Amino acid sequence: MSFVNLNDNNLQKRLSREFRFKVYCIMAMTFALGFVLFLFTSIFSTGYSAFYKTMIPIEISLSSVVSDSNSFALMTNEEINDLSIYSLSKKNIYNLFPNITDRKEKKEILKIFSYEFEDEIKNFLKDNKENINDINIIYLTASDDIDQLHKGNFPRDIPEKRRRLSDLQLSFYDELILENKIETEFNFPFFTRGDSREPELAGIGGALAGSFFTIIVVLILSLPFGLLAAIYLQEFAPQNKFTDFIEININNLAAVPSIVFGLLGLGILLNTFGMPRSTALVGGVTLSLMTLPTIIIATRAALRAVPPSIREAALAVGATRMQAVMHHVVPVAMPGSLTGAIIGIAQALGETAPLLLIGMVAFVVDVPSTPVDPSASLPVQIYLWAESAERGFVEKTSATIMMLLGLLIILNLTAVIIRRKFETKW
Amino acid sequence: MNILSLFIILIIAFIGYFVGRSRANSIRNLSGKRLTSISHYYGYYVAIWSLVPAAIVFLLILIFNDYFVTNYVLSGYEDLENSSRDLIMAQIENTRNGIQLANSLDSNIIAAVKKLNYIESQYRISGFIVVLSISAYLFVHASIKISPSLDSRKIVERVFLILFFSCSLIAILTTVGIVISLLFETLKFFNSVPILDFLFGLNWSPQRAFVSDVSELVPEDIAGAFGALPLFAGTFLIAFVAMCIAIPVGLLSAIYMAEYASSNIRNIAKPLIEILAGIPTVVYGFFAALTVAPFVRNSGMSLGLEVSSESALAAGFVMGIMIIPFVSSLSDDVLNSVPRNLREGSYAMGSTKSETIIRVLLPAALPGIIGSFLLAISRAIGETMIVVMAAGLAAKLTANPLDAATTITTQIVVILIGDQEFDSPKTQAAFALGLTLFIVTLLLNYIALRVVKKYSERYE
Repeated sequence: MSFVNLNDNNLQKRLSREFRFKVYCIMAMTFALGFVLFLFTSIFSTGYSAFYKTMIPIEISLSSVVSDSNSFALMTNEEINDLSIYSLSKKNIYNLFPNITDRKEKKEILKIFSYEFEDEIKNFLKDNKENINDINIIYLTASDDIDQLHKGNFPRDIPEKRRRLSDLQLSFYDELILENKIETEFNFPFFTRGDSREPELAGIGGALAGSFFTIIVVLILSLPFGLLAAIYLQEFAPQNKFTDFIEININNLAAVPSIVFGLLGLGILLNTFGMPRSTALVGGVTLSLMTLPTIIIATRAALRAVPPSIREAALAVGATRMQAVMHHVVPVAMPGSLTGAIIGIAQALGETAPLLLIGMVAFVVDVPSTPVDPSASLPVQIYLWAESAERGFVEKTSATIMMLLGLLIILNLTAVIIRRKFETKW
Repeated sequence: MNILSLFIILIIAFIGYFVGRSRANSIRNLSGKRLTSISHYYGYYVAIWSLVPAAIVFLLILIFNDYFVTNYVLSGYEDLENSSRDLIMAQIENTRNGIQLANSLDSNIIAAVKKLNYIESQYRISGFIVVLSISAYLFVHASIKISPSLDSRKIVERVFLILFFSCSLIAILTTVGIVISLLFETLKFFNSVPILDFLFGLNWSPQRAFVSDVSELVPEDIAGAFGALPLFAGTFLIAFVAMCIAIPVGLLSAIYMAEYASSNIRNIAKPLIEILAGIPTVVYGFFAALTVAPFVRNSGMSLGLEVSSESALAAGFVMGIMIIPFVSSLSDDVLNSVPRNLREGSYAMGSTKSETIIRVLLPAALPGIIGSFLLAISRAIGETMIVVMAAGLAAKLTANPLDAATTITTQIVVILIGDQEFDSPKTQAAFALGLTLFIVTLLLNYIALRVVKKYSERYE
């Protein structure tokens, strides 16, 4: 006779309850992990197409502008900029569809190109001064609507009044497709240009530069201050009320919502100290205050993990406390604190809310070249484009998110690698 | 007064290090006496003397420069109020930079521009000379003071210690800065709006109080427009929806990882779930607005329900996903720290794993788990980007998650984004909201940490 009767009704119930519970747990797990996957695939599937742009080649004859096409070789860039070739470019663009004669309909031809086509032609002239022929083939950027149509993001089957492309423009597009005149190329300007109201011209160059300057400021400020503060608190601070107070403060700061730091930046940095609005400098200072607690806490943990024997060995051979800490304890704890610092930097890179309050949401066309120029940052650019109505900005937003996530993954991987490679196990 | 002088004193200090060190060495060789410290401490000694005081003076000049310049330039305008003095100063600077139109110049301003240029160049030159001479004098002074009996190590270490200590004060300064900046504006706000009207008023429409001329406002207008109760309710509603997702999913995942999963699965799954915490919130916001909100709306419509396109449900759902790792990580740690003997005692009595978890582990770990919930709630309340992008903007007192609701953080952003004029009750209201948020999250965190700490002491 055994103690456990497997046919016992009650035991069956208990075992099936056990099974159900385990299934619930697995379901919760799969839900969380599935969501990670879903988020990534949905962003990637909408975003990848932004890395390509649609181009339409047109033939441009420049004979009416200059007597001899060789003369371009002698012109400076400024002189080319001063050329007035707008009406000429228009004429050449109309030649794409020679049987359209109506003026209104001609206007619609222009609209399938990005409105900066004149600049694009001038850029072509500047880049190819020596090789200008009488007739040149120039690739012009298609307008956002054509671009989206070509990428399949533009529903054609809704009534004409409710879509941004007219039937005529759709027929232009179909004709160009038949003639094999629509091409895609890698969207290199997307990485170098500043923001624009036109999705096909907008780029993340400005946001990248803004994020770069912000992070540099964060590095310069929060890394040394965080390290030194952590060393003091962990190694030198006397056990008294004041030290406790500092510690409580740091732990609280780590949990303060980020937007409160934005209010701090607005109230103190901008309004009291009069620092320049919308700049990477103020953004960087605000974010440094936010990442400081993260770095301090991580560094302290790393210092705490150094076994006392290291410290004591140094003291035993006559080192002072300062020497023991700076020469022996800190170097051993460095990988751990660097890991913490990188994670803090990654947080700062993805932070948006405080930057909104200190004015880093301005529409900035120029790519900032110093930390005191008005600029945006990657997450703010995502916010700005996500609020825009144009269809083309949806893929741009997703592509920017891909860039941001890519940077964050690189940072976090670096942190993991540093930890794996250099951390000493005791 | 510029970066150049800072750069020069850095160079002086750098040279000072080598001078000090070699002087210490040669003194030792000449006198044959032992030095009290290793020779490079004498180098640091000279470097510190030539760098630190000069740098402090540099900073002081930098801070007070504007004040003195303004006072000098506006020396005829002492009787004016501060704000109009600022205005005149701005005018003068605009004129100098050529922003002001030429025909609007009056002779006073032109004279002031000349004065400004003059005094700035004077200050620049004299500041430069002062800083450099302090640095050079102390450089020489410190080099002469080097002697075998000078305990430079003690001095250098003391200076380093003070440096370390002042770095750790930044945490306090930040907190003080937050409290001051919030409190200052909030007190001004409560001058025009009674605190009880703010906390318990039912109508939130700050746009009404935002007119070009503040003096035109009737006080009743202001007082009636800043009832923040709908915001508190909206914040609570969205946080509640978020917790409805995060608590079950987070807790069950934690249980799975702590009790069921093999260490291999655990090592993979735990970082994967923590990815959710590393994704920037603006990404969630975009996702909520673009994918989840339309989905919620469409599925609600097909069920015949009235769903707002900015429903609290969509924002709360995505926020809940974001918070999962905050619940799961901490709960996982707490479950792992429940002593083995409790677990094994339960198994020995013949209970199944789920019975052990539900009847033994969870009650034992309850304080810690509740602590993790509290931390998660404080995250949800302070979260900004998801609600800014996916929740509504209009304040409405509602308990229906299918309705649009707005939150404290959304309103702060809406009020303060872009250009705003200061000293209006509207912008001050944002700071009052910020202070409320700060206090609430601080309290939640404080309680949570206390609970977790108490719990971990129980099993130590």
